[in-house]
Amino acid sequence: MTLDVLVIGGGNAALCAALMAREAGASVMLLESAPREWRGGNSIHTRNLRCMHDAPQDELVEAYSEEEFWQDLLKVTGGLTNEHLARLAIRHSEHCRPWMFKHGVRFQPSLSGALHTARTNAFFMGGGKALVNAYYRSAEKQGIQIQYNAEVHEIELENGVFKAAIVRHKSATGELIRTERIAAKTCVMAAGGFESNLAWLREAWGQNELGEFPADNFLIRGTKFNQGTLLKFMLNAGADQISDPTQAHMVAIDARAPLYDGGICTRIDCVTLGVVVNKNAERFYDEGEDFWPKRYAIWGRLVAQQAGQIGYSISDAKAVGRFMPPVFEGTVAQTLPELAQKIGLNVETFMATMNAYNQACVPGRFDHTVLDDCHTEGVSPAKTHWALPLDTAPFYAYAVKPGVTFTYLGLKTDDTTAVRFQNQPSPNLFVAGEMMAGNVLGKGYTAGVGMTIGTAFGRIAGQQAARAALGISESEPRLAQQVMQGTADRDTRVSA
Amino acid sequence: MQILQQLTQEAQALGRGEILLTAPEKEVARQLQICNGCRYCEGFCAVFPAMTRRLEFGKADIHYLANLCHNCGACLHACQYAPPHEFAINVPKSMATVRGQTYADYAWPKALGGLYKRNGLTVSMALAVSLSLFLMLAIESNGTLWGGPVQNGFYAIFPHNLMVSMFAPIFLWAVLALTLGVIKFWREVTPATSGAPLSSPAAAEAAHDALRLKYLGGGHGEGCNNEDDAFTLARKRAHHLTFYGFMLCFAATSVATIYHYLLDWPAPYDFTSLPKLLGTVGGISLTLGTLWLWRLNLARDPNHGDAQQRPMDRGFIALLFFISVTGLALMLSKDTAAMPILLAVHLGMVMALFLTLPYGKFAHGIFRTAALLRFSVEKRQPSKLALGGD
Repeated sequence: MTLDVLVIGGGNAALCAALMAREAGASVMLLESAPREWRGGNSIHTRNLRCMHDAPQDELVEAYSEEEFWQDLLKVTGGLTNEHLARLAIRHSEHCRPWMFKHGVRFQPSLSGALHTARTNAFFMGGGKALVNAYYRSAEKQGIQIQYNAEVHEIELENGVFKAAIVRHKSATGELIRTERIAAKTCVMAAGGFESNLAWLREAWGQNELGEFPADNFLIRGTKFNQGTLLKFMLNAGADQISDPTQAHMVAIDARAPLYDGGICTRIDCVTLGVVVNKNAERFYDEGEDFWPKRYAIWGRLVAQQAGQIGYSISDAKAVGRFMPPVFEGTVAQTLPELAQKIGLNVETFMATMNAYNQACVPGRFDHTVLDDCHTEGVSPAKTHWALPLDTAPFYAYAVKPGVTFTYLGLKTDDTTAVRFQNQPSPNLFVAGEMMAGNVLGKGYTAGVGMTIGTAFGRIAGQQAARAALGISESEPRLAQQVMQGTADRDTRVSA
Repeated sequence: MQILQQLTQEAQALGRGEILLTAPEKEVARQLQICNGCRYCEGFCAVFPAMTRRLEFGKADIHYLANLCHNCGACLHACQYAPPHEFAINVPKSMATVRGQTYADYAWPKALGGLYKRNGLTVSMALAVSLSLFLMLAIESNGTLWGGPVQNGFYAIFPHNLMVSMFAPIFLWAVLALTLGVIKFWREVTPATSGAPLSSPAAAEAAHDALRLKYLGGGHGEGCNNEDDAFTLARKRAHHLTFYGFMLCFAATSVATIYHYLLDWPAPYDFTSLPKLLGTVGGISLTLGTLWLWRLNLARDPNHGDAQQRPMDRGFIALLFFISVTGLALMLSKDTAAMPILLAVHLGMVMALFLTLPYGKFAHGIFRTAALLRFSVEKRQPSKLALGGD
């Protein structure tokens, strides 16, 4: 008997698709390219999903309306988004948690040190790996066939119709064991972006005016398994493209973070409490523009645009205990010149920058929990909030590099998640997760929206694939329709 | 050269009055520095909320957190940095290693702390068997080991005063050693946990959390991990059967003691008497609980906790199991020829338990309760940190 639905990928979107397809009655196989201990792609590093809610829901406080969510998304993407798909993901986020709960995902209150997210983001208890574990347990229980070390590098297409996937089965150490052709009635691709592929990043970012290849200094915050193999194949096969290869979720992270899988703990969260200088000891952006959760995702790109793709986050004793403690010890000095010397910056320029900043700070009422009135005057770039002179020893420096979370280059799709060829939707090939997140996220990022997109389109893709495989009538309501019409499950009680 | 340098540094640190961390303590400090930058596990238990109140981890903090950890395993399976990740985070294991060390560190008298490392399955069983044999020999030398006069109950074999003189010193020693040990622990961790005194609400909450084993509930109440990443209530329930079974047996003995001394009503008692009822229910519960714990222990993911302490865990489980089984058998053997032998075996087991009590797995309940009390105190104090950055 031919397999109904083949799911390629092993992260949140792939698991959501597999579970939905199975629930709809299809036989399902899931192919994860990573070994079991590394399964889950970038989802294992996530911690929450951004959720719309009109009233307090479980751990979510107050309200976060569709409109506010949409405006936040509009702001960070600068309009590079598809409003219909964005609103679909937003509305779906109000409905999906009971389903997640049913498959074993548990939620916890907003984490300490994450003050601004208690209203907007639902945190997974134990984080993304606990979520991934829960989905895999549920998938196994429901008879979904799961294969690890199974990388799809090619699929057979006939006029936009999916026929089969060609799978490389690998040993635990990554050696090719055998190649297999797996046929299925329909297929969901949710195999991630190409962020782990250093050569592709180098090619995409090219050379800057200094002759540097900026991507050579990038670190990858997540899995090393998102090589973009399938994405590249699909683009070469003529699938319609969305976004461009330099767009990505990029964060400024500790320069000492590992090349892959550094995850969340390598973030440097003291940017808003001090200043950031580049290799030339000069400031280059307003460190106090907005709350850190709304700004952390632009700093990777900002640092990528600096010489040597490196920045130095400078703070003083006043900041200690006000930000998430960094994983690696910072460079400490009793004076600012000593600090500059220790981190290898030109002391004179550094002091000129620091003195200019310190003198520009206008006294105000410092309050890190609001957009306060501590700002600079007469210095460029300005620091518009939380600007306090750096004058209290000891002084701290953290070197930061661009950390790529995930790339936005993907496949263009619609609310059925069908892959499109020359603007014609495929009848049986669907896409979800990072491979299509660029439809909603043309650029920028807001915390937790990746999981919002992955869960919404993963579930829709799974249902669509099952419907196509089982020949379910078009008159049966689709999840996307139910969500948009407000007829999807509204039972939102999910706390234990 | 490196070793010399390290020794010099350590000597200098000692000279400055700094407290040096042992290798397992340094490992906990290293891991918590990473955990503190992640915090995804905050909802599972008390350890992570306690961790987020700190930026640095000194010896006392580490001892406190190690004993607060219930080794439930949830954070290991949820960890994005668990092996094979190069950060190699395994909080249950690193905490268990330090916990084992603290039992020895706080043991009274200190010289006996080393017993923890040797108090395994073999030692506890060997001790129990040899004590049983010794008691059998003692009975045999009176010619009553098999077929002697059994109608007059246990005291015909071992006169009451002899039993008391054998058990009271051992029992009192165990109580004294454990009390002094936990006082030492309390004194060390109190300044590191706000220094505030114990209040009644804090004590009530800690008692509730200890008696209900809240932190084997996984934060969502669906249990902790045993063999894999699935949650199970089995460990919690097996612990409850064991603990409450043990307490019922203890209550049976206490009631009998009251009967004997205050009511002048010596044993033997009927099957429907309070000591017998408590002992029977307790014994059955203890038997089932320890059997269950044994099975769970064998099936346990080897990455949970410190594998070197497995023998200590199993020695304790086995002793409790044999005590309950021989106790129940002894009760059923009343008025039969097997009674004297069973009495000797049961008493040998009980004696072995109390002898090893202050230097074995029993200590985990005492030290963890103390840590829970400090947790309930500390969480009621305002945090010194104001992390608003994220």
